[in-house]
Amino acid sequence: MPFLEIKNVSRFFGGLAAIKSVSFEINKGEILGLIGPNGAGKTTLFNVVNGFYHPSRGEVSFRTERISGLKPHQICRRGIARTFQVVKPLQRMSVLDNVVASAFLRAKDRAEALGIANDVLDFTGLADDRDVLSKGLPLGKRKRLEIARALATRPELLLLDESFAGLNPAELDASIGIVRKIREQGITIMIIEHHMKVIMAISDRIVVLNYGEKIAEGAPLEIRNNPQVVEAYLGEAQSA
Amino acid sequence: MKRYLPYIIAGLLALLPLAGLSSYVMHILILVIMWAVIGMAWNLLSGYCGQVSFGHAAFFGTGAYTAGMLYSKLGISGWWGIPLSVIVVSVFALVIGYICLRLRGPFFALATLSMGVILRITAENMVDFTGGDLGIMIRERSWVEKTWYYYIILAIAVGTFLAVKQVMESKLGYYFVAIREDQDAAESLGINTTLYKTIALVLSAVLTGFAGAFYTNYMGYIDPKVVFALHDISIVTIMVVMVGGVATYWGPGVGAIIMVLLAEVIRSIPTLGTAHQTFFGILLIVIIIFLPNGIVGDFAKLKRMLGMAKT
Repeated sequence: MPFLEIKNVSRFFGGLAAIKSVSFEINKGEILGLIGPNGAGKTTLFNVVNGFYHPSRGEVSFRTERISGLKPHQICRRGIARTFQVVKPLQRMSVLDNVVASAFLRAKDRAEALGIANDVLDFTGLADDRDVLSKGLPLGKRKRLEIARALATRPELLLLDESFAGLNPAELDASIGIVRKIREQGITIMIIEHHMKVIMAISDRIVVLNYGEKIAEGAPLEIRNNPQVVEAYLGEAQSA
Repeated sequence: MKRYLPYIIAGLLALLPLAGLSSYVMHILILVIMWAVIGMAWNLLSGYCGQVSFGHAAFFGTGAYTAGMLYSKLGISGWWGIPLSVIVVSVFALVIGYICLRLRGPFFALATLSMGVILRITAENMVDFTGGDLGIMIRERSWVEKTWYYYIILAIAVGTFLAVKQVMESKLGYYFVAIREDQDAAESLGINTTLYKTIALVLSAVLTGFAGAFYTNYMGYIDPKVVFALHDISIVTIMVVMVGGVATYWGPGVGAIIMVLLAEVIRSIPTLGTAHQTFFGILLIVIIIFLPNGIVGDFAKLKRMLGMAKT
């Protein structure tokens, strides 16, 4: 039984098909990379899995249960959390309060929520910034706050939407370390990323989208040598 | 010290009537406290949860008419309107919420504005039911003295303050602010935004309804143009909180003092007539430009501007 199953999912905006009949599965415990050129439908696919969009056709199932059609908060309660490519911190709340707000999903009271939040902040290395208003955080930390907030909902599947974009090399290393640690905790990860070195290094498998269609799926090495992927996305220099 | 501040202030306010204040001063105090209640209620929905309502007169008027119609239709004391308004106002809030809460930002504000107007026109025209423009007059006043009215509204205000504080320090409070800051993010963090916005609306409406039911009993007369007024209730509510401080515990109280006193002062200038509205407009513009977080929210900034800050 696949952990998450995306079956023949299409999503239309007016006459435009952002995703065309895409199917793939995610197995428990793996890191699945989702790559493709701009406008390939990666974020749209996240929005479909997360419940912001309902698929126009096809369905998404999470652990035997069909989740397409549910609302984002219901899907989050079932164990799927996400981050946003364009970060959405709760600006006029402190870093700690941001995480507390999401920790309440599983916590009975404020004390327990604070406990979860502090653990997550330690885990993501944001503990020193806990009292900073989140609008005052630099981009790298805001991206990490997105991850922290998602983790505080105690997910089983984490959707990371370009959590590494725009980071400097030091921040990049820190974030890769965090993603690896998340996986060690048994959380399954689907990640969208343009940073090829990162995606090749951490993914177990990669799915490639182009113009809304899946053009390849496989281990990083297969993807790197797949002529269709090279033509559509990686380019000659990468493959050399 | 700061923890006990609400109790100290409540205690001082409770002792005030012993000072032998004149009936006029008591009337002003009662109005200030009533507006503080409405402001705190509005703050819950619009300040903390970010759903800006331009139609709180709908809830104030519903509360007022609940009390008034218990008296005029059933012949029982209007004071029963305070407990009964919980049910009536909740029902109205649920209906209004069902219609308006699917809208966001300015669209929500416009929808609530229209709700207030719709209720006013309805109350004006359902003459057999509400008495229409003639309004409702409560002939047997409970007390001639203002003291008891003062204690009743003070009790409502203290209850409202503690309720808002309790809510804001719980899960509800975090959820309200999360929804204000980013509804999509809140939704994807597992927050049922529709549900929690509805809770904020109903809580806010019920607290506003208390003030309305109190108003009927205190003033002894209501009509649709007064209790469902757009500018005299809905807009003044917003101003009370904007001037005092949006999303602060003490802002509505401070705003109520300023707005009620200002209205009294301006009204005492005989040649001004209805031009007094202009002053409120100018005040609002000044506040938005210089103190966008209100007097309480921008208190440090205000002290700096007045040159009172200790370097």
